[in-house]
Amino acid sequence: MRATHEMTASVPLPGASVAFDVDRVRKDFPLLRQQVHGKPLVYLDNAATSQKPQAVIDTLTRYYAEENSNVHRGVHLLSERATEAYEAGRATVQRFLNAADTREIIFVRGATEGINLVAQSYGRASIKPGDEIIISWMEHHSNIVPWQMLCEEKGAVLRVIPINEDGEVLLDEYARLLNPRTKFVALVHVSNALGTINPVKRMIEMAHRQRVPVLLDGAQAVAHLPVDVRALDCDFYVFSGHKALGPTGIGILYGKAAFLEDMPPYQGGGDMILSVTFEKTRYNTLPYKFEAGTPHIAGVVGLGAALDYLRGIGLDRIAAYEQALLAYGTDVLSAIPGLRLIGTAKEKASVLSFVIEGIHAHDIGTILDQEGIAIRAGHHCAMPVMQRFGVPATARASLVFYNTRGELDALGRAIGKAIELFS
Amino acid sequence: MSDLRELYQEVILDHNRRPRNFQKLEGANRTAEGYNPLCGDQITVYLRLEDGVVRGVSFEGSGCAISKASASMMTAALKGKTAAEAATLFKAFHAMVTADLGATFDPLELGKLAAFAGVHEFPIRVKCATLPWHTLRAALAGGQETVSTE
Repeated sequence: MRATHEMTASVPLPGASVAFDVDRVRKDFPLLRQQVHGKPLVYLDNAATSQKPQAVIDTLTRYYAEENSNVHRGVHLLSERATEAYEAGRATVQRFLNAADTREIIFVRGATEGINLVAQSYGRASIKPGDEIIISWMEHHSNIVPWQMLCEEKGAVLRVIPINEDGEVLLDEYARLLNPRTKFVALVHVSNALGTINPVKRMIEMAHRQRVPVLLDGAQAVAHLPVDVRALDCDFYVFSGHKALGPTGIGILYGKAAFLEDMPPYQGGGDMILSVTFEKTRYNTLPYKFEAGTPHIAGVVGLGAALDYLRGIGLDRIAAYEQALLAYGTDVLSAIPGLRLIGTAKEKASVLSFVIEGIHAHDIGTILDQEGIAIRAGHHCAMPVMQRFGVPATARASLVFYNTRGELDALGRAIGKAIELFS
Repeated sequence: MSDLRELYQEVILDHNRRPRNFQKLEGANRTAEGYNPLCGDQITVYLRLEDGVVRGVSFEGSGCAISKASASMMTAALKGKTAAEAATLFKAFHAMVTADLGATFDPLELGKLAAFAGVHEFPIRVKCATLPWHTLRAALAGGQETVSTE
């Protein structure tokens, strides 16, 4: 019991409410100390995955060294400890999202699996031929393809909210798309390719006026801004642990209990049943109904430590620091001749997506890598966004609170070298 | 920067800036499309093959400097070659950029294409350099399917 509490609640918290001390925060991330090609690592690929603080690494080690066992099964002490650690992780997520109940927190592999679960469980049970599902133009493929598959199976229609030149959804077009045939809305909270923060609260209200449920893809949101699922009133919210300082392979589906209760199971197996005979299986209650098989227990425990770490700094402080950093990075990049920022929404978070005249994103990526700078180059699993802006790919620097202005200066200098090489 | 100069040799930068044979080929009797889903590079290779000899070759598409220069220099190297010679060149080029020590080839036959030797130091970019060649091979085989590097 005590071990569980130490693991999930007493992670060392950096900083108090004083000014954000980035140098101190960086010390918590051992990976950032290394050199790449003889240069200090500048890690600007945080939208792909974030690095992990020592608190998360230690928690994983301690779990495997001292508590590893299966959950909800054994009568022995270790199983009890593992179960407590696992359920404490669920409580941490519930508090982090301000969900009403731990029963509304389902552990999945990642945001992608969370969306697939909703599409396959809620969607297959409720979507009928001719129904319409609305997504936006800036969705990640993971919030397009599961709905396309559902539409194909059910004879339903996928509708797409267009975006403007700055990468913002057109709300009047959205209002036009909402109609009595609309049965579901799935939206990205923060765009991975553009950085746009969508006006999701307002968009949820608009959908709810027509009694249409809304899923939010929060993969790029939870580590960067405070998320309160009850204030948003979203019906489903998904995110991946590894983009929020946690381990890979663990993610969250939040769903309002009223929806989850009525939804059929997604996968069958152990843990999700109350009783099994060959004639009839009775399914378990929430949240276990959706957690077939031995779950990623270590992942849950590690994610709990990651969310505690984020809460320790404070999402408000993180958001404020990252906004200042984003503004600084925007200035650095805007000063470079021939560079065009893709994604210039007024409400934006932590993403600097750009193209440079005459230099393909991949070449920029290779040249920056030689300078120790890690960015992503490509379509960012958002090919419709690339088509919308008429580019085959972009280079993307994605920031998080452990990045510094000095790193953005280094980015600017390295881009200068790329331009020089290609001139 | 020295490593980068190994990759981005002057001749490669030149072909990237001013790609040769960069248009649709009138009278082409073979075409193939290549696509690298990882980075979105796409290319169409056009061939005019007469009596087993490459009489005309060109390409269109979009991609990084390595893939564009590779396509450009490939087309320059192919004119007048027989289909069999083109296949041999493909093998030699592939062995060079993947640093395949098991393959034997005469470095001299690669000529200017030897500029791509530095690519093997950048494993992630090998597919960029080979995409045009895979697409060429598909065109020579007469297939109509899109070639993928995945």
